Amino acid sequence: MAQYAILIYARDSAHAPDATPEDTESCDRHSDELVESGSMVMAYALTPRDMATSIRGDILTDGPFVDSKEVVAGFYVIEAPDLDAALAIARTNPVVRDGGGVEIRPVHSSFVKREEQAAR
Amino acid sequence: MTDVAAVEAAIADAHRSDWAAMLAATVRVARDLDLAEECVQEAYASAMKTWVSGGVPGNPAAWLTTTAKRRAIDAIRHDKAVRSRLPLLVEPEEALDEVTMDELTDGDAGDPGEALPDERLRLIFTCCHPALAQEAQVALTLRLVCGVPAPDIARAFLVSEPTMAARMTRAKKKISTARIPYRVPRPAELPDRLAAVLAVTHLLFTTGHTAPSGASLVRAELVDQAMHLARMLAKLMPGEAEVRGLHALLLVTDARRATRSDAEGRLVRLKDQDRSRWDRAALAEAHDMIVGCLRGGPPGRYLLQAAIASLYAEAPSYDQTDWPQIVALYDKLLEVWPSPVVELNRAVPLAMAAGPQTALAEIEKLERDGRLSGYQYLPAIKADLLSRLGRAGEAAAAYRQAFALAANEAERAFLAEQIADHAFSA
Repeated sequence: MAQYAILIYARDSAHAPDATPEDTESCDRHSDELVESGSMVMAYALTPRDMATSIRGDILTDGPFVDSKEVVAGFYVIEAPDLDAALAIARTNPVVRDGGGVEIRPVHSSFVKREEQAAR
Repeated sequence: MTDVAAVEAAIADAHRSDWAAMLAATVRVARDLDLAEECVQEAYASAMKTWVSGGVPGNPAAWLTTTAKRRAIDAIRHDKAVRSRLPLLVEPEEALDEVTMDELTDGDAGDPGEALPDERLRLIFTCCHPALAQEAQVALTLRLVCGVPAPDIARAFLVSEPTMAARMTRAKKKISTARIPYRVPRPAELPDRLAAVLAVTHLLFTTGHTAPSGASLVRAELVDQAMHLARMLAKLMPGEAEVRGLHALLLVTDARRATRSDAEGRLVRLKDQDRSRWDRAALAEAHDMIVGCLRGGPPGRYLLQAAIASLYAEAPSYDQTDWPQIVALYDKLLEVWPSPVVELNRAVPLAMAAGPQTALAEIEKLERDGRLSGYQYLPAIKADLLSRLGRAGEAAAAYRQAFALAANEAERAFLAEQIADHAFSA
């Protein structure tokens, strides 16, 4: 098995600070499905582009780093035996049929702080 | 001692017909594309020495394959730790019967002896994986499936050797890192994946057939490799109509190779080509394939293109071509492959079936649409129609537009001649 990161590209993130469960319903349902299937390793939903701040050299700007129609709305890591399997999972993301898309990148290595360390 | 020339001939022969199968068999042992490639190359080098002193073996391909596999096993045993490996995701032997040839061909493969998918198919599908850029797919296919040396591939695609080497290294690294599996796609994925394989084969052919730039109209080596590949695919996937359709398309197009340019390398138009010099055996082979496939079900893009090309070639003369039937086939083609290039090409038989004025109206519609701006064949076809309508001045202007966009020297020479003719008569 290998790990693949899936970056979600959309016009914007549905996860605004005041988002209702209805706003994020399709994302949440898809996420639940991946958790249930056992392929989900970790997942992060990001807040919308208006909340982003970017730094390039000495310059600080309001907004996403890359000025484009789509932003990274979130990302998650899945486990799959090979690229074809990872692509098949990635393709089921609702954003693919909703004007956006996903980028699949093999994970090199990772670190997540454990909860008990975070609590201290 | 065996005659060196005889050994060289035997090696060239084995290279032409068995490279892909040898490499594919060696990959299974080496589990690394680079290592497999190296071992196969070494096997050829040692054949040169061994066969000159000991004679050419009864089955040269088997000798070469065994030698290459042995070298791979030795290499793995001896310097496992030293090599920077690009391990390949090869499925274990036990899983081999998961996708059988029967599934691939809708159960009409017939011969139970060929129930296992050929190793070469794995190699081809891996090289043409859609997660690789098409230029990388093309390069890998030429190198690994066709056995073309990397410097020759660089020359054929007009890039430097280091650029081509970097392109291939990057692709191999991605196959390994992203775990692009070394296998024939499952039936559900097959249509998409096969489309990529056919597109690469077709691109090889068209690149060779009308080299996008450079002096010679036909880069024979690429055309031969594409033909070889199409023949191999047709043999390995006998149940896929589009594979046979592509094979037929290449046969028909290539049958006219000798007459497409004259002794001075100048372009000769279809209507001026000497039909007696066309390869009738190839045309007949293609015709039978096309007829057989058309009976089999709704035709795909390549089969329809083949049918069109075949209909053009079957006419006793250009004027006796069955134009309405060709227009009808183009209409079918547009249904399965809606493309402005197809619409443009349809204008040529349309002009013959319904008159140049009707065809010109279609061309002007395409011009306004804008998707073909920068495509040299649009002003070239428009110029021909204008010329037939007696509008020489406008024709010369359109030929000038085409000339400005054309890169192939044979085509440029042809267009320059047309400009001169029409500017003079205007």
